[in-house]
Amino acid sequence: MVSSDYAIQVRNLTVSYGPKPALLDVSFMIQKGELVGIIGPNGAGKSTLMKAMLGFVKRDIGDVLVFGKPVEQCRGAIAYVPQRGTVDWDFPVTVADVAMMGRYGHLKWWYNPSKKDTEIVDRCLEMVRMSDFKKRQIGQLSGGQQQRVFMARALAQGAQILLLDEPFAGVDAATESAILDVLAEAKKAGITLVVVHHDLATASEYFDKLLLVKQRLYAAGPPSLVFRQELLSEVYEGRLKVFTDLLKG
Amino acid sequence: MTDILSYGFIQNALWAGVLASIACGIIGTLVVVNRIVFISGGIAHTAYGGIGMAFFLGISPLLGAGIFAVVAAVIMALITLKDKNRSDTVIGVMWACGMAFGIILADLTPGYGVDLMSYLFGSILAVPDSDLVYMGVLDIFIIGYVLFYFRQIHAVSFDMEYATSMGVRSGLIYTVLLVMSALAVVLLIRVVGLILVIAMLTIPPYIAEKKVCSLKGMMILSSILSLVFTIAGLYCAYVFNLTSGASIIAVSSVCFFVFILYEKLKEKLRS
Repeated sequence: MVSSDYAIQVRNLTVSYGPKPALLDVSFMIQKGELVGIIGPNGAGKSTLMKAMLGFVKRDIGDVLVFGKPVEQCRGAIAYVPQRGTVDWDFPVTVADVAMMGRYGHLKWWYNPSKKDTEIVDRCLEMVRMSDFKKRQIGQLSGGQQQRVFMARALAQGAQILLLDEPFAGVDAATESAILDVLAEAKKAGITLVVVHHDLATASEYFDKLLLVKQRLYAAGPPSLVFRQELLSEVYEGRLKVFTDLLKG
Repeated sequence: MTDILSYGFIQNALWAGVLASIACGIIGTLVVVNRIVFISGGIAHTAYGGIGMAFFLGISPLLGAGIFAVVAAVIMALITLKDKNRSDTVIGVMWACGMAFGIILADLTPGYGVDLMSYLFGSILAVPDSDLVYMGVLDIFIIGYVLFYFRQIHAVSFDMEYATSMGVRSGLIYTVLLVMSALAVVLLIRVVGLILVIAMLTIPPYIAEKKVCSLKGMMILSSILSLVFTIAGLYCAYVFNLTSGASIIAVSSVCFFVFILYEKLKEKLRS
């Protein structure tokens, strides 16, 4: 069924980088306004799944629909917060300029950003608590602060879907709290949020719904449904004890 | 000084310096921030094959270099976009092949007696009026491209993945950027030659990047620095009777090392 009631629909998705598929026959649907976490061990295909949802990777078979339309026709409808490591931090650009990049899709080619664009950028920087660093060169920030600026850029884009690739990886407590506040506020505003996450200990606390991935989709649903011992032991193999403790806890 | 300026060939050299500096400042900045210095080197040396071909076919050497450089840029863009991991190997092969092809064709050219060295090390003092027009047109083309697509170039240069997610055709912007680098290389052949192109594309932007915090500012400061280095190099070449291209690069290199030393000392004093 093709329906625009769903923000994202993934159907029978298979993606291969070589002879072995990174994702095999993955299907799920994400409703508008949901806060969804993608979990799974290293190399499980979490980032590949996110890139497939953005239309970045070539699919062997399967479809990705965004508001009922093929993802390739919906560029700009999804705002993306990549992992921090993909950027050159010596680039001559300030925090405010990075956040303004989120508005580029709304600007006419010859016009400077309007007062409204500047206000949106200021508000987004305020949301991620980075207003005091507007004039700072991006490389002069800590890892967590850089992550927050990327979030401000994505928010400034004004998209209805936000995809975040490991936003909590290696960040300080202040950033973690700022990101959680932003997620809560975005959810309240009806934005659909999909987050790649590696920490099982916090996953059930942060997300309404989880997708447990390891090449295939093992489970999709509320944390109580996904956090079952037999599922986790199959997906995480030798590290079962940690999760047994987690389930008990 | 007035004596020097009264010579027509010096006036042409200065104009060539101005036009090349504009291209260097803009394209050099994009080469540095996109970390495509090696690719630009590959394009520059592949262009040598075009010069050899031009002699062989009896057409303009700059036209030959231009065709080869643009084709090399498109091939390198496709390779780097498709397979980043081994792209440097292919670029190295094209680099060597281009030069070998150029030399072989020059050898095969009947009655060949043109100084191929002038294209390796530049001959800014022998730039004819027609080349100035050609350089001016290319400059307008480069400036137009950067002005028209500045936001897309800015977004792609900083974060290609994000730019693609916003709907920017990143692959196309990147390919055109390499084609622009190829055209800049062709511009610079007359001024400093193929061998020294890399220094002109990298030294001014490197210094500028440390002093400004915007891409536009970096382009403007790089252009000014390029012009200063070119004029100072030309003056040294005139006074000490040196090869002009090498002299321009020598001045740039001295400034580069002095700048690094100054930055290190400043850092040390601060800590």
